[in-house]
Amino acid sequence: MDSNHDKQIQSLLCYRYTIGQCGTGEKIERKSIESSIAMPQELKLILKHADEPGYGPDIGCYLKHGGYETLKKALKAPGRELPDGKKLSAQEAFRGDVRTSGLRGRGGAGFSAGLKWSFVDRSSGKPIYLICNADESEPGTFKDRQILHKDPHQLIEGMVLSCWANDVKLAYIYIRGEFPEGARLLNRALAEAREKEFLGKNILGTGYDLEIWVHRGAGAYICGEETGLIESLEGKRAYPRIKPPYFPAVLGLYLCPTIVNNVETLCHVKHIAAMGPAEFARLGTPNNTGTRIVSLSGDVQHPGYFEVEVGKVTIGELIFHENFGRGLKPGRQLKAVIPGGSSSKVLKAGEVFSLKRKGADGQMIPVDVPMLDLPYDFDSLQSAGTMSGSGAVIVMDDSRSMVDALANLAEFYAHESCGQCTPCREGALWMAKGLHRLTHGGGRKEDAAYLTHIAQNIQGRTICAFGEAAAWPVLSFVEKFWEEFQARGEADAAARTEAGSGANSNLKPYSYA
Amino acid sequence: MPAIATAAPATSVPPPVETVTVKVNGRTVVVPKTMPDWQGKPQLTTMLQAARLGGVEIPHYCYHDKLPVVGNCRMCLVEFGTPVMNSATRKPVLNEDGTPKIARSVLPYEPGTPRGAITCATPISPGMEIYADSPATKQMREAVLEFLLINHPLDCPICDQAGECKLQEYSVQHGQATSEFVETKVHKPKAVDLGPRIMLDDERCILCTRCIRFTKDIAGDDALGIVNRGSYNSVAAYPGRKFDNNYSLNTVDICPVGALTSKDFRFKMRVWFLKETRSLCTSCGTGCNIVIGSREDTIHRFEPRDNAAVNSSWMCDSGRLNYKWIGRPDRLRDVGVRGERSTWSAALRELHAALAQAPMGSVAIIAGARQTTEELYLLKRLAERFGAATDSVPRTGAADGFLVAADRNCNTQGARLTGIWSGTMGAQIPRIAEGIRTGKVRTLLVFGEDVTRYGIGEELLASLETLVVSDILPSATTRAAHYLLPGCAAAEKRGTFVNVKGRLQKFLKAVEAPGDARPEWEFLSDLVEGGVSRKVPATLEGVFNQMVREIPAFSGLEWARIGDTGAAVPL
Ligand SMILES: Cc1cc2nc3c(=O)[nH]c(=O)nc-3n(C[C@H](O)[C@H](O)[C@H](O)COP(=O)(O)O)c2cc1C
Ligand code: SF4
Ligand code: SF4
Ligand code: SF4
Ligand code: FES
Repeated sequence: MDSNHDKQIQSLLCYRYTIGQCGTGEKIERKSIESSIAMPQELKLILKHADEPGYGPDIGCYLKHGGYETLKKALKAPGRELPDGKKLSAQEAFRGDVRTSGLRGRGGAGFSAGLKWSFVDRSSGKPIYLICNADESEPGTFKDRQILHKDPHQLIEGMVLSCWANDVKLAYIYIRGEFPEGARLLNRALAEAREKEFLGKNILGTGYDLEIWVHRGAGAYICGEETGLIESLEGKRAYPRIKPPYFPAVLGLYLCPTIVNNVETLCHVKHIAAMGPAEFARLGTPNNTGTRIVSLSGDVQHPGYFEVEVGKVTIGELIFHENFGRGLKPGRQLKAVIPGGSSSKVLKAGEVFSLKRKGADGQMIPVDVPMLDLPYDFDSLQSAGTMSGSGAVIVMDDSRSMVDALANLAEFYAHESCGQCTPCREGALWMAKGLHRLTHGGGRKEDAAYLTHIAQNIQGRTICAFGEAAAWPVLSFVEKFWEEFQARGEADAAARTEAGSGANSNLKPYSYA
Repeated sequence: MPAIATAAPATSVPPPVETVTVKVNGRTVVVPKTMPDWQGKPQLTTMLQAARLGGVEIPHYCYHDKLPVVGNCRMCLVEFGTPVMNSATRKPVLNEDGTPKIARSVLPYEPGTPRGAITCATPISPGMEIYADSPATKQMREAVLEFLLINHPLDCPICDQAGECKLQEYSVQHGQATSEFVETKVHKPKAVDLGPRIMLDDERCILCTRCIRFTKDIAGDDALGIVNRGSYNSVAAYPGRKFDNNYSLNTVDICPVGALTSKDFRFKMRVWFLKETRSLCTSCGTGCNIVIGSREDTIHRFEPRDNAAVNSSWMCDSGRLNYKWIGRPDRLRDVGVRGERSTWSAALRELHAALAQAPMGSVAIIAGARQTTEELYLLKRLAERFGAATDSVPRTGAADGFLVAADRNCNTQGARLTGIWSGTMGAQIPRIAEGIRTGKVRTLLVFGEDVTRYGIGEELLASLETLVVSDILPSATTRAAHYLLPGCAAAEKRGTFVNVKGRLQKFLKAVEAPGDARPEWEFLSDLVEGGVSRKVPATLEGVFNQMVREIPAFSGLEWARIGDTGAAVPL
């Protein structure tokens, strides 16, 4: 293991932040035990130029900054011979590179991009499609839009490389309906790329043909789920498909093998080609390689998007460090963090997780890690029972009611459930109605258990992961803030008893329709 | 439109079937590795199919044998286990007692919680264990039912589906007695006029999409869809358009709840009062298998009955609704002799005497190709006695490429195989007319046709010495009859038809015929017996079994051995 990794492990063995004694104040005390750790900071790979003054989305600007050079080089690359004498075509070799780079999907599930590509059915005789998922709809997430609006050619270069590596002749960018300007800019960029022979017939004289089209969604979160997206692209209602049998790698768009990757993932492909897989894998931490763009929002002084090496920055640093969130609002204390978009399970301030880490002797040993010291990566957050999802960190301070916050989220999921499968269709609205009641004076003592009962009957029983997305916030909010939910219900019940009626007659039934 | 899958031709040596061994509720079951999917194509056998073969029916709503699988209702979720494999040797890991170690399915992110699989879409794998009744399975089922019921109007007392409703049935078998639901239910449109024959109650709809898939993938008319989102989802026809294809009523059959109702049947009858009789549709040569629903000799509905070789699970709307004439008040009820009401015994005695006088070559018979094969056979026997010319009346329309055949007679092939017509159906009719005109033909027997519409006008009929007519409804021909013998609709008797593809199918009696009307085969066997020395059996089975001995195409058949789906005969 390289030294970066060792440092990372060391940092886990210590704690660097504690929240000021509960209730005594907002001061954050920093205890840096390991002084050799560099100041946590951004590392801009994808967003290297995007925010530079004068940098624009036109191809001239991109070319001036070395754009499409990687593509030119890659398309001319010879095949590769392995030590065992096996010959790989340039495409095969590059697919292998993406795998060894360790790149994991940035859309939500964090699945290995190279592995996903390796599942593609290349023997079916059917065309292989690639779709860029630019539906960016996970609440709290605003990273893909930076790329789409400020540097569309970087995405296109990543897509052409990915398509070339996978023998794709036709690709789509599925962009959410709420990004009309993004769609316009993409279409312009695609036209520019065609003009310059980076796209279209006989790309750069290599004989390789590729077309990319932009498809605009009509404003539904479920269109970001890859099989719902495919249905939508086919002109149908975005009803996610059952898996088995409809794994996109085998039966995707028009029932042909299809790759669906997130905008940020596809941009990384370009950087893997440019810097080589080994160099890319040196960024971030093992199994959590490269950089990722974190969308930081909520009750921090300095919300925004920050590109960081995966796992090199902790949640605490993202919230409190000068280079990122710059702490909470004056006089406030941290209450909770949603670490990976609204669908991820909430983390409670002060939680401590027992994570397995490799000790000095190479053995896996359990280590207690306070929530704020969780490295912001895929594996640590998974071990902490949640996920880094779309990379959206939503911070909540003690001014927030968890009941109100959850009611808000539940309303979102009730509105966005596609309604195809029973548990999610009925359960999402049921939870929203219960929470509406609980936040409008109609609460009951048993509502915390009631909500948990519904959510438990959704998760794991639905066609797509929206079921988990809707259930997890409820399960985690209620479990971790049980007393708050309980108290709210009890207060309402007491008020009703005092008023002498069992039901709250002022309560308007919840409906978003 | 997609064609109906037909049974594979029988081969002498069946190929060896690859099998997979699984356990269903602890019992070992060996099942084929592949089984036909909704289109009849072999696909990996699903857990639901394997359980069925093991004698366990897993409750389901959205799954239908003949429709594409979508897996949306989640009712068929079950807990399952798979053998643990040693990753190095790729061999199953064994328990101490030598049995394979089984890992129960759990949620990947919550290993303590069982994970169900939808059995309708999940293929089996070797050694898989299906726990169709485990506590975890039951809990999943109860939860799905609870979700389905929270917004359901529960208007069973006025619902046409009551008694054959899967929501009622599963709630009794698999549901829980109470729900925790304390919110206001979602309200949706009720009594939506979906099309000329269908009403929709969106509140009762469980959104299984069976109706949508049927009309798109089977009927080839992408007429229905879902509007709105989430819990507010509703089935609807395209705005401004009606759901109006000739197969629309099949959606009422496959709707597992009372959301889709037939305007024809709505609020008319509680289904548990209906007697069900296996019969056939007589409106075209396809011969769709049906179930007649009747109560006290009144027919209330036709529904399709499964037959993979004929109509799959479907029938057309025009055939389905073509039953009202059977109960028409002007049905022929009385035996008539020269315009006077008579009795069967008197009329038949007189008719015997009249026929006994008829010289060879002076008789002609026109037998409708909607009579049963047995009746046509008896008519042919009669014809042979007089050297009579025989024919049927062709009746055609446009074939629709799905079920409806161009031939609108239901027994054209039966009439051909029994020898009533040959060459071109109807070609003899002008010759018979000419024979009447020249006085050669003095006696005409007409069964089930109004010949005045096919070239034998009323003046020709009036010139006959003897006109024998059997029919069900009055016509110009029945009015001219010297001997009027009231017959039966197919629903009122037993018999067989041979469809356009050569499938001989039998049908049973659902209701009594009105008045004195009698099945034609009964009095025909009397008539034939009066003239020929061989004894004609007094039962339909006997007539049938005698017929198959005489007609080569039917050889080997036996009434008792013809199953519900008929038998193929060479055409
Ligand atoms: C309800 C739901 C919504 C999703 N929305 C998005 C989205 O907006 N953008 C996205 O890239 N992935 C989204 N995903 C994840 C995609 O299904 C898919 O995993 C991803 O696009 C794959 O790309 P990646 O491997 O590059 O991450 C969503 C998943 C679910 C279940
Ligand atoms: S889980 Fe929800 S969003 Fe996904 S298919 Fe089912 S109803 Fe639709
Ligand atoms: S109307 Fe009936 S068949 Fe159609 S989706 Fe609703 S429940 Fe299913
Ligand atoms: S297709 Fe023919 S046999 Fe079938 S229901 Fe329609 S009319 Fe009757
Ligand atoms: S029967 Fe509906 S999900 Fe399987």
